[in-house]
Amino acid sequence: MGQDYAEQVLAGSPRAAARLISWLEDEDERAVKEMERLYAHTGRAYIVGITGSPGAGKSTLTDKLTFALRREGFTVGIIAVDPSSPFTGGAVLGDRVRMSRLSTDPGVFIRSMATRGFLGGLAKATGEVVKVLDAFGKDVIIIETVGVGQDEVDIIRLADTTCLVLVPGLGDTIQSMKAGVMEIADIFVINKADRPGADQLYAEVTTRVEQDAHIRERPWTPPVVKTVAVEDQGIDNLVDAIRSHRRFLEESGALEEKRRRRAREETLQMIHGELFRRIRDRLKADGELDALVEAIAEKRESPYRAVQGVLARWLKE
Amino acid sequence: MTEQRKIKIIVAKPGLDGHDRGAKLLARIFAEAGMEVVYTGLRQTPEMIVETALQEDADVVGLSSLSGVHMYFFPRVVQLLKEKGLDDVLVVGGGIIPSEDVPELKKAGVAEIFGPGTPTAKIVEFIKQNVRRRD
Repeated sequence: MGQDYAEQVLAGSPRAAARLISWLEDEDERAVKEMERLYAHTGRAYIVGITGSPGAGKSTLTDKLTFALRREGFTVGIIAVDPSSPFTGGAVLGDRVRMSRLSTDPGVFIRSMATRGFLGGLAKATGEVVKVLDAFGKDVIIIETVGVGQDEVDIIRLADTTCLVLVPGLGDTIQSMKAGVMEIADIFVINKADRPGADQLYAEVTTRVEQDAHIRERPWTPPVVKTVAVEDQGIDNLVDAIRSHRRFLEESGALEEKRRRRAREETLQMIHGELFRRIRDRLKADGELDALVEAIAEKRESPYRAVQGVLARWLKE
Repeated sequence: MTEQRKIKIIVAKPGLDGHDRGAKLLARIFAEAGMEVVYTGLRQTPEMIVETALQEDADVVGLSSLSGVHMYFFPRVVQLLKEKGLDDVLVVGGGIIPSEDVPELKKAGVAEIFGPGTPTAKIVEFIKQNVRRRD
C-alpha cells in the first residue's frame, strides 16, 4: 500500500488510519505531512472522555455506550489507553476484551494505546489520534483513559464531555471533597449501582455537586447518572446526559471556547516539542551535550547557566 | 525517529474453549519482553481477530487453541489477513496441537507452532527474529 495515508484515510481506509496512528505513536516525522493534509477535515467529531479508577468499569461502559450510539446511527471511534510498564516498556492492552462484539462493526474503529511513559492518564499521541479518527469520519470519539487516581486529568484538554466513572466502596465523604479528578467531571457516572454503598455514593456526589454550586456559580451543573454497565442499565440516561452537555456547550458558546483553548495549548505544545527536538538533536550531533553534561557533573558549570548559554546562542541564529 | 518501534502483538483465543490461563500468561510474557500486547479475550472469530489486527496495526498475531479447532481457525485467520492486505503480519500458534497437524498449518501460512512446554524465551526470540521490518 502507498504511504499517502492522509488521502487514504479521507477515502475511508481503516488500514491507512491504523498505519498513520502507528507513525504518530512512534513520532515518525513522516506523520507531519499527513496530519497537515488531514487537519482541515478535523473538528467535526464530538469527543467524549471516560475516566475513573482501575476496575470502575470504563471499558464495559464504553462498550455499552458505543452500542447505544450506534443504535442512533452515529459512527464511533474508540481510543483505549492502558499503562506501559516503567520497567520493560511493554504493555498488556486489555480494554478490547469488553468490546469484542464491536470489533467487526464497520462503523466502529478501536485503537488501544500504551502510555509509553506519558503521565496524566493518556498517551502522548492521543490528541493526534483523535484527529485521525475525526478526519476518518467518526461522529463520536470516545477516549478511555488509563485507570486514574486523583490527579490524572489530561483528559479534559481533549474531551468535549468528560465522564468520571465512580464505583461504591472506594472511600468516604472526604474523598469526594478533594480537588483533582473530582473536579473535572461534566457528568458523574455511578457505575455498579446495584452494589452496596451505591446510594450513599450517589448522595455524597450529589452533595458535592450542590456544594460546588454554592461555592461558585457555574454555568453547568454536572448530572449524576447511575449505571450498571454489565447489565446495560442506565446507559440511555448517560447518552441523554452527554447530549444535554453537548447542547449546553454549543448553545453557550463554550464548545467554541473549549476548542480555541485546545488549539492554543496544542500550538504551544507543538512549538515546545519541535524546538526541544531541534535543539536536542543539534546538541547531540556535535557532542556539545556530552561536554555540557561532563562540565555540570564536575561542577565546572551549572545547569542554569548552561541552559541560558544554549538558548542565547540558539535564539541568535 | 525518537523511539524504536515496539512490537505489537495480538493474543487471541479463537473458538469456544474457555481456558485462557495460558494465553494470559503469554500476554504477560510478551509484555515483559517489551512488546505491546493487545489481549482480546475468549471466543474470538477469525473475523474479529483480523479486524483487531488491522485496527491495531499489529505486527504479530498469536493464536491459542486447546479445543482442536486449530485446523479450521488458524488457516482461516491467515487467509483473512491476506484478503485484507495484511500479508506481512506474522502468525504464530500454540496450545494443544497434534504434531501431525503442524506441517499442514505451516503450509497454510502459520509461521510456527509452539506446543506445551516450549520455553517462553524461545517464543519471544522467534517473534523478534521473524517479525516484519517496519517501513
